[in-house]
Amino acid sequence: MPNYLTNGHGLASWLLTKDHKRIALLYLASITAFFFLGGMFAFLIRLELLTPAGDVMTSESYNKMFTMHGVVMVFFFLIPSIPAVLGNFFIPIMIGAKDLAFPRINLLSWYVYVLGGLFTLVAALGGGVDTGWTFYTPYSTAASNTHVITAGLGVFITGFSSILTGLNFIVTIHRMRAPGMTWFRLPLFVWSHYATSLIMILGTPVIAITVLLVAVERGLHLGIFDPALGGDPILFQHLFWFYSHPAVYIMILPAMGVISEVVQAFSRKNVFGYSFVAFSSLAIAIIGFLVWGHHIFVAGQSVYAGLIFSILSFLVAIPSAVKVFNWTATIYKGSVSFDAPMLYAFGFLGLFTIGGLTGLFLATVGLDVHVHDTYFIIAHFHYIMVGGAIMGYLAGLHYWWPKISGKMYPEGWARFAALIVFVGFNLTFFPQFVLGYLGMPRRYHVYPPEFQVLNVLSTAGATVLAVGYLLPMVYFTWSIFAGEKAPMNPWGVKGLEWEIPSPPPTENFVVSPIVTHRTHQYAPSKEVGIGG
Amino acid sequence: MSGHVAPKSLYCTVFVTLMVFTGLTVWVAFYDLGLYSNIVALGIACIKATLVILFFMHVRWSTRLTWVVVMSGFFWLLILFGLGMSDYLSRGWVQGTLR
Ligand code: HEM
Ligand SMILES: [Cu+2]
Repeated sequence: MPNYLTNGHGLASWLLTKDHKRIALLYLASITAFFFLGGMFAFLIRLELLTPAGDVMTSESYNKMFTMHGVVMVFFFLIPSIPAVLGNFFIPIMIGAKDLAFPRINLLSWYVYVLGGLFTLVAALGGGVDTGWTFYTPYSTAASNTHVITAGLGVFITGFSSILTGLNFIVTIHRMRAPGMTWFRLPLFVWSHYATSLIMILGTPVIAITVLLVAVERGLHLGIFDPALGGDPILFQHLFWFYSHPAVYIMILPAMGVISEVVQAFSRKNVFGYSFVAFSSLAIAIIGFLVWGHHIFVAGQSVYAGLIFSILSFLVAIPSAVKVFNWTATIYKGSVSFDAPMLYAFGFLGLFTIGGLTGLFLATVGLDVHVHDTYFIIAHFHYIMVGGAIMGYLAGLHYWWPKISGKMYPEGWARFAALIVFVGFNLTFFPQFVLGYLGMPRRYHVYPPEFQVLNVLSTAGATVLAVGYLLPMVYFTWSIFAGEKAPMNPWGVKGLEWEIPSPPPTENFVVSPIVTHRTHQYAPSKEVGIGG
Repeated sequence: MSGHVAPKSLYCTVFVTLMVFTGLTVWVAFYDLGLYSNIVALGIACIKATLVILFFMHVRWSTRLTWVVVMSGFFWLLILFGLGMSDYLSRGWVQGTLR
């Protein structure tokens, strides 16, 4: 029987496919391209910051570098990464369905994504954008003479791809579950994608309209945000962060879903407190919409609004902490093995915790006045987005690679790469906490000489990190051609995806499964009580 | 799925009403009502949006689930307005801060 990779040959069989698994691979290829593009910009940023003087590029070019880095990484890599690749591939399989609810819309979402990406590439090749990924007004509408509208349209268009994906997931999870797959038997990966999809649908329209308003003000001089035209610049920041704070949860929630799966699989234990972990995803999705004002504490927002947003921001840390504690309790007394996916999961646990805790520092208004717009912020969000979301993505990619490709990756190399990533990551970003605390502002290409040592450490770390990211690229590609054939269930773990061949047939299940218990039920080992 | 077919006349009535409200928006824009300018403009916009959602988008004849979806979208808009207004309405309450 042909599998989904061999069922149909030629370019058209890929570009016109309606198979969620092939569309996932189309996404994989395109987000990988954007990841390396974004990485090139990051490399140039770190190169410039090697010395206190601006010796590699002008300040104008530097502004474009960090803007393009942010735009590409956020909108074209992190937001689609786990949902569009791993979610697309595994949600239907995990719930026992043959495909997503709307296969054509799924393909459309990829084309929309590519179109948005092309706009961004045109903006980059045409000379770039220098507003920062945040497109703050009035600079973006009244002053910048770069390709703001083109890049803004790119973000606007890709937003629709995200909305379509979210819509597809929600309908699929509601309507396509196999008989017996009740809500509380769903794998936690599916729960976290459900929560993510809610954010995609409720938040993305706001950013789309906001960047459109920027284009309108820039192109037609209608006063919306520019005070000179009677507008209000803080209004832009409210609208932008109304989406963009929840968007950080679009990036981290799917990673949390991966970690839930990986931690159970490599501890051979059911997750501790399933329903708490499931509902904490929903809680994060909802509370995440109530905290955006913590980005504008010092931008002119009223003091009282700052207090409200500060308190609400503390609340959002609770469900995140619930997850971290429950994963830890899952590992506790589990039969833990240290395969590459689990190494990434351990990396996630530690780094996400640091990122989340420093988020609480920042949500404290008094402290934020000190570190706002310094490298402390950069370190905070990279601990979560790179240390958390990308670690989760890599954990998932390794965990499911045998299923996706039908080949085993070289485990020794993979463990080595996981360690390199962990070391390189910390060397890159930990010094940035210190730099920020000492007062080095973000988004400057020259700095006082006393900051050089820490910056050199950071650049050195970035080089190590780059090696860590290139390694999986190399051995995954190698494994496609020369890797050992993967069995149906190489890890010996639970889950519907491990009960079908690797790689799966086009229709996933030859006979539709009937689910009689939680698909991740490990042998009912004696419940271990904490402290008992 | 929702097989309801509404009479053409209904669509025409809704369309004409929308146009009348558009005219009204333009007309009131020429009067300075102070704080009420925004309230009136947003009020008209809300009425128009409601008409579009109920009739053009067929929500009036849709299932309860559709209503839940629509209402939660509206509720999210209220979050945006409500928490956003917590900033605008309390500006300058603390001495020495900007209005
Ligand atoms: C525990 C929950 C979190 C809290 C309380 C929190 C708090 C904050 C605060 C207060 C700021 C603004 C600091 C400033 O500009 O002065 C901030 C910035 C940021 N956070 Fe978090 N955060 C949390 C989780 C996350 C997560 C999960 C992500 C990403 C996946 C994230 C990504 C970001 C980004 C990208 C920025 C900077 C945006 C920019 O100005 O370019 N945060 N965070
Ligand atoms: Cu935030």
